[in-house]
This record gives sequence, structure tokens and C-alpha cells, in this order.
Amino acid sequence: MDIGIHNVTKRFGAFAALDNVDLEVRSGELVALLGPSGSGKTTLLRIIAGLEWPEQGRILFGGEDASERSVRERNVGFVFQHYALFRHLSVFENVAFGLRVRPRASRLRESELRERVERLLDLIQLRSIADRYPSQLSGGQRQRVALARALAIEPRVLLLDEPFGALDAKVRKELRRWLRNLHDNIHVTSVFVTHDQEEALEVADRVVVMDEGRIEQIGAPQDVYEEPATAFVHAFIGESIIIPVTVEKGAVLHAGKPTSLGAPDVQTGPARLFIRPYDVGIGMPVNAALQGTVQRLHGIGAARRVEILLADSDQTIEVDVPRAHEVTAGQRVGIVPLRYRVFADG
Amino acid sequence: MKYRATMGAARPRLRRRPSVLPGFGITLGVTLTWLALIVLIPLAGLFLQTATLSFAEFWAIVTSRRALNAFKLSFGLSLVAAVINLVFGGLVAWALVRYQFPGRRLLDAIVDIPFALPTAVAGIALTTLFAENGWLGSVLALAGIKVAFTPLGILVALVFIGLPFVVRTVQPVLLDLDAELEEVAATLGASRWQTFTRVILPLVVPALLTGFALAFARAVGEYGSVIFIAGNLPNVSEIAPLLIMIRLEEFKYADATAIAVVMLIASFLILLAINRLQRWSELRTGRL
Repeated sequence: MDIGIHNVTKRFGAFAALDNVDLEVRSGELVALLGPSGSGKTTLLRIIAGLEWPEQGRILFGGEDASERSVRERNVGFVFQHYALFRHLSVFENVAFGLRVRPRASRLRESELRERVERLLDLIQLRSIADRYPSQLSGGQRQRVALARALAIEPRVLLLDEPFGALDAKVRKELRRWLRNLHDNIHVTSVFVTHDQEEALEVADRVVVMDEGRIEQIGAPQDVYEEPATAFVHAFIGESIIIPVTVEKGAVLHAGKPTSLGAPDVQTGPARLFIRPYDVGIGMPVNAALQGTVQRLHGIGAARRVEILLADSDQTIEVDVPRAHEVTAGQRVGIVPLRYRVFADG
Repeated sequence: MKYRATMGAARPRLRRRPSVLPGFGITLGVTLTWLALIVLIPLAGLFLQTATLSFAEFWAIVTSRRALNAFKLSFGLSLVAAVINLVFGGLVAWALVRYQFPGRRLLDAIVDIPFALPTAVAGIALTTLFAENGWLGSVLALAGIKVAFTPLGILVALVFIGLPFVVRTVQPVLLDLDAELEEVAATLGASRWQTFTRVILPLVVPALLTGFALAFARAVGEYGSVIFIAGNLPNVSEIAPLLIMIRLEEFKYADATAIAVVMLIASFLILLAINRLQRWSELRTGRL
């Protein structure tokens, strides 16, 4: 089931949680909504589920307008960050809940119900503890029960709100790999919200980067990292060296001096230069784009972290330099960005 | 292993591992002393006084027609009052927690009045209200219903004094309910009613039972407000606590304590049963 989100706007008082958002989620896809807190990603998820109502805009499920349908009728599976398990029901009954509350006409026979629930418990590998209560489970187990409960109703869409947010790092990694495998097996259209970029890039087919109620970029995980569309995306995903510059007729100036870098598509005015720390060559100061003085070196591994104080400013940048490359503290060096992007301010 | 062996040899009696929570000894001591002073010693006095009677005498007193009718009235009406309070107190708590409406805070404060009001004042006020020439009494009289000076009047008084117990025990539990539980139930296709009966109610049942037990206990022991509205006709509208008072005024102390002992034991058994029920439902809601 594909999901269409058209011109959705949601305000809480004067604050626009979502500002004219457009998004298409393709059938069977696993999409991550990624953004800092307050970016509107959870609000968008709740609007898709029908737990919030937009001021304006439409939600389409498979081309059909879902805006008039209540949560009950949308047939979405929703997984909360803090599981929201029914603590007075056993694991089995938690998973069976959605089947038991069906209208009498479509209710399953007890034997069919048992079979369906047990199949789901096998899927989450928790059949052996079907009789336990939520308070007796670990965080990872609880989240898997919550997931099985959502899947029991055979949802058209699966929505997950920071599903791994409350778990410790190791369990989180295991569980997200497990979720990825699960999705590859059952292909239910899924949208999950996260503020963890690693999680989004590892699990999702496509990543939707959001900030301040707007979508900044939609793309494959590699694309949003390699080809960030906006300054926000470049700064938010991965590490960036960010240097304030000015652009004049397509040429980049740092502290008023020409840098030999070009930005033909950027309009004249203040801008910022974005470089990945490993996309920097260190060479002789002469003719280099930027100059600076090495302050400190540290780090282990294939590359060393080098702190460089830029000439003509008081900004220090951190650059990854291959271990083989000779650099010493105090040395004046030239800085040559191998790949860079310039985004106009404002 | 070696370390433990030497420790064991040197201090063979220190097997009990001390708890990480300090003060077990002293708190237990204080608790037991206090309980003995405030509760157990007076109760023991009650039994001692009763023991001056032979068993035959005791049996004759507590199975006399007047005493049996008083017990029936006291326990029966207290149970009915507690059930009424369970339903309406639960509803009041629900309305106060779940809905915003003008005057909500005022209503919230009014719930405590039966706690604070001297019971005699409550009794006189209710009697005035429900007497045949009172505001409500005159209206009810048209329908042929007599409240004041009948068992129905006792019920009204018991409902009045028991209401805050249910409201105040249920309210915090409702406040604590996670809105996500209802949202998740809705996404799973549950109707509002199913969400209420299958998700909310099971979580509130232990608190409802506690409120029920408190309201019941209070009603059984209530004296002040009831005697004004009851009419106090022996065998008809005479509650057990009043019968005790009457026996005391006749200087029949042993008779009074005999009736008291029966009330005590019956109350204890009923409260014990409610307590067991409550523990069972708490286990079921996974709170323990």
C-alpha cells in the first residue's frame, strides 16, 4: 500500500509543526523520517496514523483519501518508543488484542487466532515466553512484542515512532538489523521515525531528512550523505567542516581573500563552505585554497585527526590526514578541498 | 572460595546478609510498638471485657432479634452504599480526570467535604433536606418515597460519607494512565468501549477495590451522621453502633462489647477478602 502525503500543514498554536509537507511512500518500501527533535517527524507519523489531524492537506492510502477515516479504520500498525504494552495481559494476549477486538462478523475462531498469534510469536522468537507479562521482559523483548502486536492485524502500513530509542546500544543494533530482515521477508510498507542517522542510513530504503517542519531532502541513504541538497542536510548527516565564506560572481572568498575555489551556481553574498574531514588534502601553503597552522594531532587508526587554525580567522578545523602523511604541530600548511559544497546563507 | 571458607570459620553465625535498605530493625520495632499501643491493646480490652460473659450469654446477646437486625442493617446497607459509591465515585473520578469543564477545580474540592464535615453536621443537614417538609423530602413525598427516619435515609448518609474514598483512590491511577495505551488500542481497531473495558478498566480495578473497601469500612463504623437521619427504631432502622451506645448507656458493658466483637470480626473478614481480591487483581495487572 503506497502512502501519499499532500501539502500537509499542522500547527500547535503559533508553532508550525509541519509546513506544507509533500511525500510519496512507495508500496513495500521502508522509509526513515530523520531529523532533530522538534523537526515534525513524529507529528507527520501520527498524522499518517490518524492520531493527529492536519489543518490542511490530504493523506492518501493507495490513492484513496484516508483523511476522513479514524485511526480504527485506517488499519495501520503503530509501534511506540516506550512499547505501550498492556501490562495486565500476557505476551500472547497482547499480540492477540487486535484480533480479539474485531467486529463479531470478522472475528477469528479461537483455533485460527491461536495459530496466527503463535506464528507471530515464532517470528519475534518469543514463543517460549508467551505466558509472561510485560513487566517480566527486557526492553528488546518488549519492543518485539509491540511489533508483533502491530503486525497481528495485518496492517496496510507499519509505522514506528523511534522504535529503538529506549534501548541500549547493543540491543538497538541487533534489533534494527532484525527489523531490516523482517521487512525484507514481509514487505509491509513501513515508515519509521528516528533522530539517529546511523540507524536511518543502515535500515531504510529511502531517507527523508526533516528540519523545522519541512522536508529538506528525500533520497537513498547514500545520496543524502554523498549529495546533500541543503546546508542543513550536509551538517546534520555525517561530519562536516563548515567555513563561513562569501561568494562573488561564482568565486569563493575566505576572509576577503580569493581561494581558487569556485561555486558557479551560488548567488553572490555570504555563504558557507562544507567539506568532509577526509576530503581534504594537506600540502604546501603556496597556491592552496586555504592556509593554516597545525595546532595538534591526535587519534588512532588509518587516519590522524589534525587540528588546523585557519589563517586570517580564529576558526579551527579538524581534518583527517592519512597516517603516512608527514605533519607536525606548528607547521604552516595549505588546505586543498578535494570535494566540497557551497551553500548560500539564508 | 578460600576467603569465604575462612570467613565462615571465623564468624559462623553471621549467615544472614544484611539488606541494602537501612533501618529494618528500628522501623519494624517502632511499627509494632505503635500498632500495639494504638490498635492491639484497645482491641484486647474489648475481648477481655467480653470474656466476662459465658459463651451461652454471649451467644444469646449476639443472636437476639434486635442485635441480628442491627447487624443486618449495618453490614447490608454499608455494602450497598459501597457499591453505589464504587459506581458513582468511579464516574466522578473519571469525569474529573478526563474532561476539562468550567468549575472542575471547585467540584474537585467539593468531593472532600464529606471527609472534613463533622458527621453530626452532615447528619442534621441530610435530615433537614430529606425530611417530609425538606427540599428534597417534600418532592420525594409526592412520589410516595420516604427517606428520612427510614433505612433509605441511612443509605443516603452512608453514600454521602463514603464518596471521597473511592474518588480519591481512583483519581491518581486514572491520572497516571498512559495516553499511548489508548492510542495503541485504537490503532489495533478497538472501539472506545472496547478500549475502556479491555484496557482502562483492568488497570483501574485494584484502585476501585481499595476505594470500595475504604468506603465500606467507613460506612460500617459510621455513627454520627446516621443517628440523625435513621429514626432509630429497634429492628427497623437501628444500626449496630447505635445499639452498642444504648447498651453502654444502660451500663451493660459486656453486652456492648459482645456486639462490638462480632462487628470487629465480621469487618475484619470482609476486609481480608477484599484485600485478597485486590492482590489478585494487582498481580493480574502486573504491578507486583
